[in-house]
Amino acid sequence: MALVEVRNVRKVYRRDTQEVPVLDGLSLEIPEGDFVALMGPSGSGKTTLLNLIGGIDQPTSGDITVKGDSLGRLKPKDLARWRSRHIGYIFQLYNLIPVLTALQNVELPLLLVRMSGKERLERARNALELVGLGDRVKHFPRQLSGGQEQRVAIARALVSDPTLLLADEPTGDLDRKSGEEILGLLERLNKEFKKTIVMVTHDPHAAERAHRSLHLDKGVLSN
Amino acid sequence: MNLFSLVLVNLFRNKRRTFLTMMSVVIALFLFCALRGVLDTLESSIKVGSESRLVTRNRISLIFPMPQSYWTRIAAVPGIKSVSLQNWFGGRDPVDPKNWYAQFAVDAPTFFPIYARDVEITEFSPPQVQVAMPAGLDPKLAAFMSEQNACVVGKRLFDKNKWKIGQTVTLAGTIYPGSWPFVIRAVYHAKDPAFGEETMLFHYKYLEEKGMGGQGQVGVYILELSQPERAGDIAKAVDAMFENSSYATRTETERAFQAGFVSMYGNVPYLIGVIGLAVVFAILLVAGNTMMMAARERTAEVGVLKTLGFQDGTIFAIVLAEAAIITLGGGLIGAFLAKWGLQGSGFNAGGFLPPMTVSWTTVATGIGIAVLMGATSGLIPAWQASRLRIVDALRRVE
Repeated sequence: MALVEVRNVRKVYRRDTQEVPVLDGLSLEIPEGDFVALMGPSGSGKTTLLNLIGGIDQPTSGDITVKGDSLGRLKPKDLARWRSRHIGYIFQLYNLIPVLTALQNVELPLLLVRMSGKERLERARNALELVGLGDRVKHFPRQLSGGQEQRVAIARALVSDPTLLLADEPTGDLDRKSGEEILGLLERLNKEFKKTIVMVTHDPHAAERAHRSLHLDKGVLSN
Repeated sequence: MNLFSLVLVNLFRNKRRTFLTMMSVVIALFLFCALRGVLDTLESSIKVGSESRLVTRNRISLIFPMPQSYWTRIAAVPGIKSVSLQNWFGGRDPVDPKNWYAQFAVDAPTFFPIYARDVEITEFSPPQVQVAMPAGLDPKLAAFMSEQNACVVGKRLFDKNKWKIGQTVTLAGTIYPGSWPFVIRAVYHAKDPAFGEETMLFHYKYLEEKGMGGQGQVGVYILELSQPERAGDIAKAVDAMFENSSYATRTETERAFQAGFVSMYGNVPYLIGVIGLAVVFAILLVAGNTMMMAARERTAEVGVLKTLGFQDGTIFAIVLAEAAIITLGGGLIGAFLAKWGLQGSGFNAGGFLPPMTVSWTTVATGIGIAVLMGATSGLIPAWQASRLRIVDALRRVE
């Protein structure tokens, strides 16, 4: 059984009176340990698909199952709890909380888990060590470079040991060198820590780091 | 870090805005409590009057006197333990006319025993000669009793004017013309703050001989009752004695007499209450707007928190807690500032009021309003933030 199963999913957005179909009867399976790159032109539905798999948006129809949990059947409260346990989300613009230090940003998802403050700190430190920022724990986002901010964001996504890592154009706002470092880090997480990763990207070079690439066009998979 | 520290971090994100919002709540609640304090002060000035003491005055108006001959006749009414008198003097400081304070001529041997529970003598001149003290009179008043133009002043008045025991204070009479020297022989402390400590009390005999030409007119009689439960009957009996005379009387409890003064303010207390609420309401709108702005600025962060798994209820609580801390913090500071700042300083609005009293009920009401303010100002932004769809929230930056 695949870790992620997307079955005949449709997603339609409403803009005023107009209906805009984004995903049109899409189905796919992602096995555990896979590293998938979702590619396609702007508006093809890549981010929408990522959001649906991550449980932060609901499909208009169809069903999405992650590790046996049918997301459509979960109530909003349960879905939030499910996300905290199973999803690590990496944004293109990092989306760190500017008033929190790197360590506090990484600690944030652990506030939802029952554990002592000491244990929380230790895990957050370990996550930052893992992404190579052990010496930047007390730095605020504004004191970090873009690449470092994204590494903090990856540490935040990792810290609760989620089932699935979802990355929405993680290198989209970075220079080539920093982008390479981030891709290397994601590759390492997949290979060494067996993390299942779904990454949205425009960049064919970034997609090469994944095990496979899926191309979306006008809401359907084109290969 | 915990959720509470997350709330605090958010509050300190824009320190100036948080400070200014909190200050506006502090000022609003201070004003509210201060204005309510005026009402408390007026109310407590009524309460200083005892239900077991009666006051007899001229029926036409307080400004018309009564003959001194009433004294013995009133004292003979059954149920009356003791009768004293006092007369408004109305002198002014010839050097500084703005330095206004009340002066009353009193019959000391009967006046001080009646008010023994309300005032105590704290500072006094030692007597120069042996004086036979009337029964029930504080021996500390011996020097005062031995000197015709001696006076007793309230502690606050004494301190405010930096007077000294034995000092002569001269007043210019307005009702009773002339220059009136008074020697300070004692200082009283009001055990009940509402009694006030800004009054000068001196011998009625001094006023009678120097100012009235021995005519013996009296402003009010104070009646201490041996049977307080019969106060109504006694009042009727006193008034009945003088009903058909040229100086008909009106007798009422001391509390009702004081309340008569408060009623002279007319609708001012109501107006004060309305102004207090209007100030609070205006600040509520400001605080609500600020909270909404603060929450709106963090829309994307709300989206991130929800993506991480924060539930709607948690987001709601975080935003509401921020509003509550600002308004409750400001409310507590404002209310206690009014309680201890105004009351502690003995502020009396330039002699317009007795020393300010801010009751605990007013402080509690102020804090209650602050809580309500926090809930109201934080409710809408908290609800909006909790209802926000993640994809919509994230779209604000991406």
